Amino acid sequence: MIRRLLALALITTASAFAQQISLTGAGSTFAYPLYSSWSSHYHAVDPKVEVNYQSIGSGGGIRQLIEGTVEFGATDGPMTNEQLAEAQQKRGTAILHFPTALGAAMPSYNVLGVTATLKFTPAALAGIYLGKITKWNDPEIQGPNPGVRLPNANIVVIHRSDGSGTTYTWADYLSKVSPEWKSKVGVGTSVNWPVGLGGKGNEGVAGLIRRIPNSIGYIELIYAVQNHILYGDVKNSSGNFIKADLNSVTAAAAGATKTMPADFRVSITDAPGADAYPISTYTWLLIPEKLNDMTKAKALKAFLRWGLTTGQQYCGPLTYAPLPAAVVQKELLQMNKLQY
Amino acid sequence: MAKAALVIPEIPFQSRGLDRKQTWWERLRKGDEVVHLITLAGGWSILVITALLVQHLWVYSRLSRHAFGWHFLVDSTWDPVNGVFGAWPFVYGTVVTSLLALAISIPIGLGSAIFLAELAPRKLSNALTFLIELLAAVPSVIYGLIGIFLLIPVLFTVVPYFQKYFGWIPVFNGTFYGVSYFSASIVLSIMVVPFIISISREVLIAVPVSQREAMMALGATKWDVTWRAVVPYARQGIMGSIFLSLARALGETMAVTMVIGNVAQVSTSLMAPGYTIAAVIANEFTEATGDLYLHALIELGLVLFAVTMIFNALARLLMLTMKGHEVVG
Repeated sequence: MIRRLLALALITTASAFAQQISLTGAGSTFAYPLYSSWSSHYHAVDPKVEVNYQSIGSGGGIRQLIEGTVEFGATDGPMTNEQLAEAQQKRGTAILHFPTALGAAMPSYNVLGVTATLKFTPAALAGIYLGKITKWNDPEIQGPNPGVRLPNANIVVIHRSDGSGTTYTWADYLSKVSPEWKSKVGVGTSVNWPVGLGGKGNEGVAGLIRRIPNSIGYIELIYAVQNHILYGDVKNSSGNFIKADLNSVTAAAAGATKTMPADFRVSITDAPGADAYPISTYTWLLIPEKLNDMTKAKALKAFLRWGLTTGQQYCGPLTYAPLPAAVVQKELLQMNKLQY
Repeated sequence: MAKAALVIPEIPFQSRGLDRKQTWWERLRKGDEVVHLITLAGGWSILVITALLVQHLWVYSRLSRHAFGWHFLVDSTWDPVNGVFGAWPFVYGTVVTSLLALAISIPIGLGSAIFLAELAPRKLSNALTFLIELLAAVPSVIYGLIGIFLLIPVLFTVVPYFQKYFGWIPVFNGTFYGVSYFSASIVLSIMVVPFIISISREVLIAVPVSQREAMMALGATKWDVTWRAVVPYARQGIMGSIFLSLARALGETMAVTMVIGNVAQVSTSLMAPGYTIAAVIANEFTEATGDLYLHALIELGLVLFAVTMIFNALARLLMLTMKGHEVVG
């Protein structure tokens, strides 16, 4: 009797496992809340598919994808040509980038006696982070803020100490608006900062800003909105001072759609458009063009299609800016490249 | 004095009427051989794990070792964008914060241990020891939070006054941002004090009564007994507790990165922000792209391993010289 029961149990669990399709992905911590929300909502759409997403960081996601230990990766900064070549060589497949949502970084500050929203020019932000502008009442900062009495105090610069997509976006923006930043510092998830203190994570940076008077740092849109943190407007390429929010970030993506390259590896910092917030970024899913396991491949493709269309409605509540419709159209076309 | 304790009385082995030699199988059945094998495996596993660790750190840091050689240790530039890596600011920060933390925690820890073991009523001693052991089990991120929310605001009010009078000394000058080598050292010292107290108290209590009685017979006061008979007898155990604390301070990551400022620079001032090896690895490893960058971070791990080894070796040497004095004395 017991033996028969055991056999029955074995058969039922085995068949249950056979039905389940498990997709594993790894990468960006920034996009983790979105993908985990997608994963749970998608379970209702297709109960057979189980999406496991591990937020180990973009760098780790790219490495795991190249090694072939995960079906898909996720990153906040596009893969480099060398990394794509390495994936081609190791896995025998091209890797395609699919933008899934948008984020932004914005300047947050704690200036004694100032409660107004400050306006920052690109030159001011670059000057502060290069260590060239050291006082809050510098004309470059005071100029666009005529109604605010800025103190004659030293600026304490704060940046992220951990490698992050937010740093990548910030440095990418400064590289575009300041040739000196581009040649001296450059773009990366961690850079050799000319000045400033490092805080770990958005909460670390926000904590330092709160604690140190006359400080400035950059934080991620989601964190700033959810924690009601004061942040400044930034002057965009059209000369307008823009407050970062879901609309202005999506506007930046829309502004950059015309010049979108075929592989979607595009930076949308300093994008054209009257309402575009200039320090915006995509976050990408990394999907291999070929997969050996056809069942998994089909499931992954269906999940991706769902995420780009139905899944976009879950961006807003989590404070991710949704993709512009034109970009979604381009991506759905790009999906034809997937060989499954 | 210490020599006498090492003489272990020989317990005669009871043969239970077996005059022939036991076979391997018999010994196995009696358990001797099993215990021998298990403990031997335990001992070997330590060696194997350490060897594998070093081998991995060595192999996966080769790109960085070949690119920078010994310059890696003395260069101060850490530039992931351009692929230039030097470990000196991190090594400096690690050593400075750990040593300063020990300098703060040894007097406090040893003082409390002597009080708990020798002077306090046994009931109070047991209650306090329980609390101290509880402190040792607190996760390090909690200490980091204590550092940010309690320590740094206090330092912000205290340090400017301090700097007004002592700011001319190079180690105290410069702008104070709250996060600094000094803040990290204080947090570290709070973290390691429970280890020093807990272990030192145990070894102090374990000192045989005969030692105390001998000293008292010479007409010594209570403090004389403690300081000249009990503490020297327990010296080896106390040193052990200090090395354990040092090891914890050298490798501490989370609490340090929250209060040190994470700036890859070398400053003579303790009030300046800095960085440690463990902190930079934890901060940058997840998002490190590119092989050289990754290898440089792993080489930092190798350097941390080497720093720990060097400290341990120096500690052993120190113990040896102290023993030498004892024999001469």
